[in-house]
Amino acid sequence: MTSPLLAVSGLTKRYSSGGKIIAAADDVSFHIEHGETLALAGPSGSGKSTIARLILRLIEADAGRIEFEGSDFLSLNGAALRDRRAHLQMVFQDPLAALNPRATVARVLDDPLRIHHIASRAERPRRIVALLERVGLSAGLAGRAIHEISGGQRQRVAIARAIATKPSLVVLDEAVSALDVSVRAQILRLLLDLQREERIAYLFISHDLGVVRAIAHRIAILDGGRIAESGDARTVIDAPQSAIGKALVAAAPKLSRIERDAS
Amino acid sequence: MTALASIRNLTVTYRREGAEVAALRHISFDVAAGERLAIIGESGSGKSTLALAIAGLLPATAKIGGAIEWQMTEFRSSHAKDRQSFLVLNSLPLRGRDIGFVFQDPSASLDPVMPIGKQIAEVARTHLGLDWRHAYARAKILLERVRLPDPDAALRAFPHQLSGGQKQRVAIAAAIAAGPKLLIADEATSALDTIVQAEIVGLIRRLVSEDGMTLLFISHDIGLAAELAERIAVFRHGELLELGATAQVISAPRHAYTRALLDANLGLDAEPLLQRT
Repeated sequence: MTSPLLAVSGLTKRYSSGGKIIAAADDVSFHIEHGETLALAGPSGSGKSTIARLILRLIEADAGRIEFEGSDFLSLNGAALRDRRAHLQMVFQDPLAALNPRATVARVLDDPLRIHHIASRAERPRRIVALLERVGLSAGLAGRAIHEISGGQRQRVAIARAIATKPSLVVLDEAVSALDVSVRAQILRLLLDLQREERIAYLFISHDLGVVRAIAHRIAILDGGRIAESGDARTVIDAPQSAIGKALVAAAPKLSRIERDAS
Repeated sequence: MTALASIRNLTVTYRREGAEVAALRHISFDVAAGERLAIIGESGSGKSTLALAIAGLLPATAKIGGAIEWQMTEFRSSHAKDRQSFLVLNSLPLRGRDIGFVFQDPSASLDPVMPIGKQIAEVARTHLGLDWRHAYARAKILLERVRLPDPDAALRAFPHQLSGGQKQRVAIAAAIAAGPKLLIADEATSALDTIVQAEIVGLIRRLVSEDGMTLLFISHDIGLAAELAERIAVFRHGELLELGATAQVISAPRHAYTRALLDANLGLDAEPLLQRT
């Protein structure tokens, strides 16, 4: 039996706010297999983004263990951490905030290839074109500045940047939440294609259960920093057991309700 | 059906980097008095320009053609000359008093250094001519109506002490403080999580019904709009593609683009994209 790609156990992070101690992540445990999508869902303040940041080691945990690609990720430091981070990438909600708006698309994609020694200087322009094509953008976009291209194109560039280092896990933090619905559908299809072809696993963070149900294998629903329930995405969403799961499902708009009323 | 506003051949053009860009092209439809009408569209559809045009909030640099005719007889007015239909485009008397506007980001529409009670009371004072004491009393009632916990404490609170959902409740209280006939909500729930979004939609529905307001609900989310609106208008690239009763637009859309929007809408009952073996 092979070990999972990512195994998180007992992950805890506390903040003090107005004299009170708040557990943003409270004894959180889950795992993700190679090529699998696990959704973390929950309302604002439930701990979704804190967990993402802990896994990326953008903030340090108070307690718990993260095993990534078979090694103790929280104990890695220096060059070993840098090397392993190439396999763990992130795409944020707002690419205009995540990427330098004045940099060209080529520059944004050149950085990871250079920093992680993935391609030589001579080889990199060709790799950039290949990355652009991989995410459905034309090579002609390479010379454009980030602020000049559309929101959907920007998020494709952010995805291209994330996959440049051949990651095994990409954390998608509300990565499609700010997109128009038709662009969102295209980006979700792109993510599914990349997953199928390159066996990338996703930690898909979203408050939108409709999107989660459409693309995730499994789901963990968070409430107040704890996992309230978890399981097969469609099973959990179609019949939630926890109070927060039921509240999230009840709050989601359902078109069939209107179609039924009309008929 | 009595029209509250008749939009006739409305065209709005912005100047951008020397070129003229049409944000709305030859739009004509009626907003019925007392209805809940959703304006649906994606980025660049012109839906926010339409909301601003109806509210008289377009920037001075925008070029406006056509007309918005108001049935003004129902509006309370201190000036007799207001009691007739006229072009709202060149005048501003309705804004704030007869039209309430709720924006997407309540942090941007509330003053960060003014207690929220004062922000609401100020609307009532300005438009209803109340003194401060009565304006504050009205503000407290409004905070109760938008279901803010502990309205007395909330009167003295600053926006940063509230959650995003609570701030939007305050923004709604301020928007309805002068008893407007028309409430315009422009992506008012888009920045909120699903649960808070459903609460705010419920709140808007209740307030509109209690006060007999007309609602213009601007959204990119056709699924959400369908839950609230009686009619839906679909916009794309500055054009009105179709307008009809919600059930008809949802179950028998006339335009291919509406069909595409419905297909791209991932509700809990949508077909999953992930093919599993």
